[in-house]
Amino acid sequence: MDISLFVIQTLNGLQLGLLLFLVASGLTLVFGILDFVNLAHASLYMVGAFICASLTFVLGNFLIAVVVALPITGLIGWAVERFVARPLYSRDHLDHVLATFGLILVMETLAHIIWGPQGIAVPLPAWLDGQVALTETLVLPSYRLVIIAAGLAAAAGLFWLVNYTRLGMLIRAGASNRTMVGALGVNIEMLFALVFAIGAMLAGLAGMLISPITEASIGMGNNVIITAFVVIIVGGIGSMKGAFIAALLIGLIDTLGRAFLDDIFKLFMTSDAAENSAPAISAMLIYIIMALVLALRPQGLFPPKVR
Amino acid sequence: MTLRTLITVIAMALLAVLPPVFYMTGNPFYLDLATRLTILAIAAVSLNLILGYGGLVSFGHAAYLGLGAYAVGVPAHHWLYGGLESWGLATTSGLVQFPLAIAVCAVFALLTGAICLRTKGVYFIMITMAFAQMIYYAIVSIQEYGGDDGLVIDTRSELPLVNLDNPLELFGLAYVSLVVAMLLVRMIVKSRFGMVLQGAKGNNERVITLGLNTYAYRLTAYVISGAMAGYAGALLGNFTTFISPEMMDWTRSGELMFMIILGGTATTGGPVLGAAAFILLEEILSSLTVYWHLPFGLLLIAVVLFGKGGLMGMLAAIRKPKSQETGE
Repeated sequence: MDISLFVIQTLNGLQLGLLLFLVASGLTLVFGILDFVNLAHASLYMVGAFICASLTFVLGNFLIAVVVALPITGLIGWAVERFVARPLYSRDHLDHVLATFGLILVMETLAHIIWGPQGIAVPLPAWLDGQVALTETLVLPSYRLVIIAAGLAAAAGLFWLVNYTRLGMLIRAGASNRTMVGALGVNIEMLFALVFAIGAMLAGLAGMLISPITEASIGMGNNVIITAFVVIIVGGIGSMKGAFIAALLIGLIDTLGRAFLDDIFKLFMTSDAAENSAPAISAMLIYIIMALVLALRPQGLFPPKVR
Repeated sequence: MTLRTLITVIAMALLAVLPPVFYMTGNPFYLDLATRLTILAIAAVSLNLILGYGGLVSFGHAAYLGLGAYAVGVPAHHWLYGGLESWGLATTSGLVQFPLAIAVCAVFALLTGAICLRTKGVYFIMITMAFAQMIYYAIVSIQEYGGDDGLVIDTRSELPLVNLDNPLELFGLAYVSLVVAMLLVRMIVKSRFGMVLQGAKGNNERVITLGLNTYAYRLTAYVISGAMAGYAGALLGNFTTFISPEMMDWTRSGELMFMIILGGTATTGGPVLGAAAFILLEEILSSLTVYWHLPFGLLLIAVVLFGKGGLMGMLAAIRKPKSQETGE
């Protein structure tokens, strides 16, 4: 195993982890504060990608498209909160799962009707489409570094928002005891809608960032949502810190596992056996980790102090 | 006989009579539809035992359907192409395949249930799903059994008395199995065991305080449910003779849950009504438009938002406007 491949795969894992964090942070915010399980969260990821793709062609620039698409995705998130999520807050989690399962079908079919069955490739501006040579043997697509930077910036912004602003204070208070926050005269419905919209924008941002690499497509959210749930369960539901650490952990483990597990297995088994079992184990790796975490610490690694 | 029992009996009678009549009058397609419906109904009935009566929201039940189907497909595959003879697993005998499906699923349910049942609430929902995903990815990565593309077997299980290559007899076996499954679940629910299970759903702490180990009761129910779903999976494998990992996709688990909610949780006939409504709706809507997921999804949301007690609850409420919630 050579070192430059390892560095590249680590950066890929970091990139996946940060994108996962953008999706999972919204999910964990919504779950922690609203106690609402939103399977359709990744549909917002998909919708963000599609809107951004369309706007890139209309406006001619990917970055401007992202800036315009973000508030639109937030608005769609707000609409979802108002018409589907809000009536369900008082129900149990089974109802949440089923209703948002229906919502996935609705949003994917709407995307199918609007944008057609094919995926849309999103062109990058020329200055983002190049490569960066870190060392002589280590060449990276510069856009991947942009994703990492953007993911880190969004994460930092979110930490600032939650820990150092008045809105963040209300969000944290709402996560601890929403009845009390409501009793203190805070417009709790507005706060909830806002949290939902922020979560939608974060998921949408992740979809927009990934779309130049994978293209915007109908089923793109389905795998991400499951992985994002693994992240928030491993991290502890409702914990932002847990989501961040778990997202990076899962991103790195998944990427490095797929890249290097067969090499590791070859250390202690025949190369045939290693090549046969490695793909299976690496695909299952994050679920195995989740099962282990839940078996040993049923509340996740960093459960929030008050639930 | 209560109204709910009457509805269940009528529904089961219709299911027994209509498909063979359609078949004999030259509409074999409807028999196929009814067979699929009946098999999925068995899976829904098994899920209802833990979800409806036990309050354990398993989001990974499709894994058992898939495992059961592969328990038919894998021996048939080896029978066709060699391998595993020394294990006795290169066979098309249903007397090997069906017990294998049940055993594999029971063991899988025991191992995963022992971990899953340590958690509760949304953690339980997600960990059951995670285990199903694990199985899904494990099977996808085994190239010998077709990986992503699935496994085509051109042979069905050989059983004494019934010939599964005859669609009418396959439907008959599925139908009898469904009736047995419904009676079995009903018997379990009425027993002391079932009382504990339902009590733990209502108030787990209180039942524990009564000195009962609810974890053991729940685990037992979880294993029974998984084994039943595995049997349904073996039937499904025989029905399609094409076994693919797509059978255990997480969206399939969601569909099974929806069938129960649609029909009415914790009722004997609810899962069957739900499965019937689900399959028929899917069939009708998809024949009308390629965008059938849109009305289907909207309906799903509407049922969750406004439906009280599912189809069973609504039908039973027609005669009694002031419904008395005393169960069956």
